[in-house]
Amino acid sequence: MADITLKSHRSSRVHPQKFALWAAMASITMMFASLSSAYIVRQAAGNWLEFQLPSAFYISTIIILLSSMTLHKSYTSFINGQERPYKLYLVVSFFLGLGFVVSQYIGWQNLYSLGIDLKGNPSGSFLYVMTFIHVVHVLGGIACLLTAMFHAFALKFKVTERRKHRFELVNHYWHYVDLLWVYLLIFLLFS
Amino acid sequence: MADIITVDRDDVLLKKEGFDDHFHDHHHEDKYKSNFISHYIFSMDHKMIARQFLITGMLWAIIGAGMSIIFRLQLGFPDESLAWLKPLLGKWITINTETGMGSLQPEFYYALVTMHGTIIVFFVLTAGLSGTFSNLLIPLQLGARDMASPFLNMLSYWFFFMASVVMFYSLFLSTGPFSGGWTAYPPLSALPQASMGSGTGMTLWTISLVLFVVSVLLGGINYITTVLNLRTKGMTFWRMPLTIWAFFVTAILGLLSFPVLASGFFLLMCDRGLGTSFYLSEIFIQGSALDFAGGSPVLYQHLFWFLGHPEVYIIILPAMGLVSEVMAVHARKPIFGYKFMVYSILAIGFLSFIVWAHHMFMSGVNPFISNFFVVFTLIIAVPSAIKVFNWIATLYKGDLRLNTPMLFSIGFVSMFISGGLTGVFLGNSAIDIQQHDTYFVVAHFHIVMGIAAFFGMFAGVYHWYPKMFGRFMNETLGKIHFWATLIGAYAIFWPMHYLGLAGVPRRYYRFDSFDAFGSFGEMNMFITIAAIVVFFAQLLMVINFFYSMYYGKKMTTKNPWGATTLEWTTPIKAGHGNWPGKLPTVHRWPYDYGKDGKDFISQLEPMAEGETEAH
Repeated sequence: MADITLKSHRSSRVHPQKFALWAAMASITMMFASLSSAYIVRQAAGNWLEFQLPSAFYISTIIILLSSMTLHKSYTSFINGQERPYKLYLVVSFFLGLGFVVSQYIGWQNLYSLGIDLKGNPSGSFLYVMTFIHVVHVLGGIACLLTAMFHAFALKFKVTERRKHRFELVNHYWHYVDLLWVYLLIFLLFS
Repeated sequence: MADIITVDRDDVLLKKEGFDDHFHDHHHEDKYKSNFISHYIFSMDHKMIARQFLITGMLWAIIGAGMSIIFRLQLGFPDESLAWLKPLLGKWITINTETGMGSLQPEFYYALVTMHGTIIVFFVLTAGLSGTFSNLLIPLQLGARDMASPFLNMLSYWFFFMASVVMFYSLFLSTGPFSGGWTAYPPLSALPQASMGSGTGMTLWTISLVLFVVSVLLGGINYITTVLNLRTKGMTFWRMPLTIWAFFVTAILGLLSFPVLASGFFLLMCDRGLGTSFYLSEIFIQGSALDFAGGSPVLYQHLFWFLGHPEVYIIILPAMGLVSEVMAVHARKPIFGYKFMVYSILAIGFLSFIVWAHHMFMSGVNPFISNFFVVFTLIIAVPSAIKVFNWIATLYKGDLRLNTPMLFSIGFVSMFISGGLTGVFLGNSAIDIQQHDTYFVVAHFHIVMGIAAFFGMFAGVYHWYPKMFGRFMNETLGKIHFWATLIGAYAIFWPMHYLGLAGVPRRYYRFDSFDAFGSFGEMNMFITIAAIVVFFAQLLMVINFFYSMYYGKKMTTKNPWGATTLEWTTPIKAGHGNWPGKLPTVHRWPYDYGKDGKDFISQLEPMAEGETEAH
């Protein structure tokens, strides 16, 4: 009954749920834009500690980029009706997603052992807060991947419009958090 | 006597021209109304959710306005005993054992002012106004069965409800609710030991507002998606009523600005709980120096006002949309300059994002940067003036029906002009040196976004009440409500301009102990009396609202106002899905009043031979 509106006349070819997801992404983007601008403003005020990013962050970047690739592979396999690679790449993406979170955690530990504390200079605080909020959004993505895996393994394999659409939503969000991390890394490196 | 069956032209058109989405093939309705809980409480019907937002908003409005009466009593009658309020306020009234004089605790005065602001801005004028009417009108005026996601829509209301519960609970804390102002500037908001309300009160305030942000985002995502995706056949952008344009832009503003507030709050929570120094610098308090170093409270102000300024447009744009629609219907004329109205809404929406620092001219912002914000602030006067001109031009030579919704619409324009003009003063960073933090500011924003937004909301409530409850509100009570509110509101806020020009500061607990401000005692007394009168006039409206629900004049025709828009083509008691059969097909813009000698032409009516579309 919740999807009665989806049967209404549609004035756009984009599925309303997909559009809602894009709107949510715009909202998340604003959150990181505001944190970035707060970062720049605070940095310009002086008393700002400069330090090197931990190497774990680069490993995280490789992991999450890989996960996007495997997820895309899973998606193309799904539409081509290839059940095995669809499931396999989906599971791989899920574990790469977990790997990203673990790698970020190792990165925080490295930072801490270098003496960069959450409580210390605001440059460190900003780094922890921004990467933490990002990881929270990645965890949301991992929850979506879990749902997708549930669909993949609990339901009988069948390529339907509805399942394709749902899988696309998961894909879009996951690529989005991936890009968001790439943006954050570049921002933290060059600002 | 045989029943006379009249067939509405609307029904004929719906049948003949409508868009068949095979809605009636599925028996959704029965499932929906299966029980009390899914119909009245956890409802996913946008019309029910709209009423939930409205009634919750009304309860908050009574609480918020009631608080202002208490602190106005303190300001207007500082030497009178408030002992009679002891049963309500308990320990916040201290009674002198010798004289029997009861006085309001200064800490609680600040808590009242803070809660008044928070409640009215967020819970009443954001949730109660845009939540109510976006929900009610977006699907109805666009010809959709419901919102894009009825489930998220339901969640949106319940997040607001949870935010309300948390905030309401905080009113009863032994240390009182948060008392550092609705803007929650650090350090008062960041240091739990800074004041009584900064401890648990502030914690609950933050939790409540985070829940509220979630509610706004869920609602906003839904409104935007619905407008972009679920318009019925023929409903192009340029055929949308101005209400929908206003709600659409409002939702975009909310979607882009509330996340910024959320990140501001996140950093604030880190400062409060985790010892970071985003907003706190070296502070010595209660006999000891704290560890914080190098933070900047101005950073918080930037993040807060990046939401805070769009927020005032989130409040006023829906009111503008409602007024435009109500005014066209009751002036029996097309709205003047429809496209310019739309462009003005878009321009206001865009400009609202680049003027936030005009709230911070006196906070130590670089004066050269201030110039940038002065220029854009003053430019907002242009689209605002276009809108005012168009409203007045709509009234000109109109066949005016001076009923309650129309009176409130005209009242809105009056308030918007009066309050908007003082905005031009305050937008100048040089004049702001004198005026900032005085009663001039209080007068300005109360008139332009407080009273004006309330007027827009009242116009909407009186106008769409029949759509919501199938009955009319009482006209006589409505008119008394209007005149008492119009005259009363000016009586409250007009004198405050003089106080402000004389330099009387905001936020003071009492003025009689200052030589410079002691001479304004009578004026403050006058303002307080006016405020009490206006408060009771609002209760009249509340009584009218609930009384009319059961005993009001019944609606006998579908389209009592003779309006062109789609919401009046649904049955009087529209079920879930809004139209029982086909969805309407739209053939024209929503303002065909007095065209070709006809009183009005519904949006359903196909173009006649050789007829050209207006606008």
